[in-house]
Amino acid sequence: MTPDAHDAFVRAGFSRRDFLKTSGVLVVTFGAASVVGAQGPFDTRPSHIDPQKLDSWIAIAADGKVTAYTGKAELGQGMFTAQTQLVAEELSVPVSSVTLVQCDTSVCPDQGTTSGSQSTPTNFNERNLAQAAATAREALATLAATRLGVPRDQLAIDGGAISIKGNDSRRVTYGDLLAGKAFNLQIDPQAKRKPANEWKVLGKPVPRLDMAAMMAGEFEFVHNIRVPGMLHGVVVRPPAPGATLTGIEESSTAGMSGIVKVVTRKNFVGVVAEKPWQAHQAASQLKVSWTQGTGLPPQRDFYDYLRKQPSRDAFIVNSKDVDEKLAKAAAVVKATYLHPYQMHGSMGTSCAVADVQGNKATVWSPTQSAYPTRSGVAMLLGLQPDSVRVVFVRGAGCYGINGADTVSYDAALLSQAVGKPVRVQLSRQDEMAWENYGFPYVIDQRVGIDGDGTIVVWDHEAWFASMGGRPGTGTPGNVVTGMLAGFSPAPFAPRAASDPTGRFNNGSNAAPSYVVGRVGTTAGGAGVVASERVLTHTIASPFFTGPLRSPSRLQNTFAHECLIDEVAARVKADPVAYRLRHLSDPRLKHVISEAARVARWEARPSPKPGATRRGVVSGRGVACVVYEGDNGYVAIVAEVDVNTASGKVIARRLFVAQDCGPVSNPDGMRNQLEGGALQGLSRALGEEVTWDDQKVTSIDWRTYHSMTLGDEMPAVESVLINRHDVEATGAGETAITVVAAAVGNAIFDATGVRIRQVPFTSERVKAALAAR
Amino acid sequence: MSSITLTVNRQRHTVDVDPTTPLLYVLSDDLGLRGPKFGCGLGQCGACTVLSGGRAIRSCVTPASAVAGTEITTLEGLGTVDRPHPIQKAFVQEEAAQCGFCLSGVILTAKAFLDQNPKANDAEVRQAMSTVLCRCFTHVRMLRAIKRYRQEV
Repeated sequence: MTPDAHDAFVRAGFSRRDFLKTSGVLVVTFGAASVVGAQGPFDTRPSHIDPQKLDSWIAIAADGKVTAYTGKAELGQGMFTAQTQLVAEELSVPVSSVTLVQCDTSVCPDQGTTSGSQSTPTNFNERNLAQAAATAREALATLAATRLGVPRDQLAIDGGAISIKGNDSRRVTYGDLLAGKAFNLQIDPQAKRKPANEWKVLGKPVPRLDMAAMMAGEFEFVHNIRVPGMLHGVVVRPPAPGATLTGIEESSTAGMSGIVKVVTRKNFVGVVAEKPWQAHQAASQLKVSWTQGTGLPPQRDFYDYLRKQPSRDAFIVNSKDVDEKLAKAAAVVKATYLHPYQMHGSMGTSCAVADVQGNKATVWSPTQSAYPTRSGVAMLLGLQPDSVRVVFVRGAGCYGINGADTVSYDAALLSQAVGKPVRVQLSRQDEMAWENYGFPYVIDQRVGIDGDGTIVVWDHEAWFASMGGRPGTGTPGNVVTGMLAGFSPAPFAPRAASDPTGRFNNGSNAAPSYVVGRVGTTAGGAGVVASERVLTHTIASPFFTGPLRSPSRLQNTFAHECLIDEVAARVKADPVAYRLRHLSDPRLKHVISEAARVARWEARPSPKPGATRRGVVSGRGVACVVYEGDNGYVAIVAEVDVNTASGKVIARRLFVAQDCGPVSNPDGMRNQLEGGALQGLSRALGEEVTWDDQKVTSIDWRTYHSMTLGDEMPAVESVLINRHDVEATGAGETAITVVAAAVGNAIFDATGVRIRQVPFTSERVKAALAAR
Repeated sequence: MSSITLTVNRQRHTVDVDPTTPLLYVLSDDLGLRGPKFGCGLGQCGACTVLSGGRAIRSCVTPASAVAGTEITTLEGLGTVDRPHPIQKAFVQEEAAQCGFCLSGVILTAKAFLDQNPKANDAEVRQAMSTVLCRCFTHVRMLRAIKRYRQEV
């Protein structure tokens, strides 16, 4: 913890021992609890709302209407509708009878952050929201059994009422049973969830409850929040990373109308005005002087630079025989894969409204982390966390961490300075130049094969850059505003690697699917390769980084799934069959087979025989992953065209097979899958953060290259494998993880040329084709 | 400051603003409309799109004073939840959104183009949409919804 952070903790009423430091993140400590599960950034934890109490999750009014409280937010992924379905299902009421309140810290349980593909695992299995709803139903059934004078097993529950089976006239409603009172019960871990084969609402393609209002322009985003007396703030960011404030000439805005105050705190600068355009004009006009930035490593050599920095190292697996096996292998295939910084690049720039009055604050925020943001705001403002209320209101889709947290801090600082509610919406440049980018990677791999062409050893060594990240409950300096206001990002300390202990954890998919994943005496991987070494080096990033949809999992999977294709090509094996041959996990094998089936995959080695070197050539590629080792299975087949003259790659069709356990809403899952696949395509083909010697230069949609509605997009065909015998897992990050690899493999199939660096821009592909 | 009269969604409004104020700021802040949104402030993404006399314009880079006297229609002026415009209905039927922030750009750009070019083919529609972004990449469903609208109208 930095001194600033420590002081803020003390000011905010915490003592140091309240916090346990784990891997750079500060988390509140408390006893383990059966219904709320393990502790991590996504898990449920006690606050002033006790998650063990049923009333913290479910309330039933005298008219029978159900209100449910969740700590997992709608971010455009359909979680509002799916959670409403879940509660409706467990309570046997129509969706229209359920009101879901999301992530308002005054009434909702603390469920950490909505991210990491953890909302479904957290709330749709036998704990948290699902278990609360099941407990509520059983509690109502117990009351009804007494009221109707029959045993529980003779009751039928439907439409918010409970009757005696076969005797509909003996019936009592939820409203009658509770008469508007609280349950006053603990969540019962034994309360039975409804079996999936009885679902009538959950598991069905219920249309998104917010869809019609969004289409009609009536839906309220955080950008639309208006509070009486509200003023407008615009922040003035430094010109470059590391630049510090040296002076402000307030006279530079003399005569401009509507200016309320110029606010500074260390290196944080903002202008508050009566109207947003006035604030914008004043911030543009204000003369602010800064030191030079600290300078940036040249982008052209950045991947070499990554290898040479002090690093924090970790072994994910290490069988200790890798060098020996590589030396003895019949052949070794080695390759280096490169992945750039990419950005979340939200459609809307981030916005928040804060109202700080004395020692109380309310923040209307699109943050994915309501309670952690409450802590961060409290630290910044010197308030008690309990004096801060964070109300989640939807923003633009975020895919990890856009500027939602930082702009919440901006609004809070400005509101505190003027004592009035302040709305802040970032400029496009401030959003893009300062967000927490997805990690850049260099990945070296060596794979040894035996005389039969079977992989016997896999060696993976990766370097990636990291700074900051989600602020969590104690590190507001993990995003730009917190840092400018005097807090530091989580400290970076180089460290040598030690051998893994405990259970196998694939380390954000650093371990390829094809290894056994042995730690100690047990193997937790999805594959058969026993000689395995996965070593990661984290280095200090010159830019803020954070979780960008499929963080590290995508970059690692790009490297693994391209490399296995290289090996398959070396031994002239069919890429699908070659994968299946090196996997042990039946669910992963099944999704590969399903993707191949719907794609009418023709079994043959790559590259495609007889391909010409002129005109437009086509090819296909496959890739697969088990996300995080246990959080969703996916395989994809991509069919692409490559224009050999221009280097332009156009994906024609994507076939995606996915197994994420029981599906809560098949249309919602398809929507996520399609969006993930196409977002993955945009990232694979064009997206890259750029910089010069001082500052980021990809600061708008001309300099950061997203695919548009005008680009030729592939048809996406999806296969959802809906299993009811396993836990529900995440589905928001599966498809995106495998796209770059499948497209890279398809380019190779079409041209015989392997592109090992994302993005596959026309220039890069053209140069690679010219060099063959 | 100067007084500007705008006709928005068939209602006349007179606002007293700096004449350089972009139309988007007037619509969002002075009139409290939710449809047009600030996406980039540079006319690059489409989130702020409104119709002016039937043409799709980027309200973030259009001074309010420049469109005084024209008929301005925002996404909420097209139809309502209960009585959606056919293109809004097509988007609802196709569940063609994720976060929904881009919808003014997608729906109004497509509508303006198809109203002028009802026989446009897919490539021409794509061309018309070439400066519109959806960062959730709901492209497949959106293009299907646009096609549905084209067929129905």
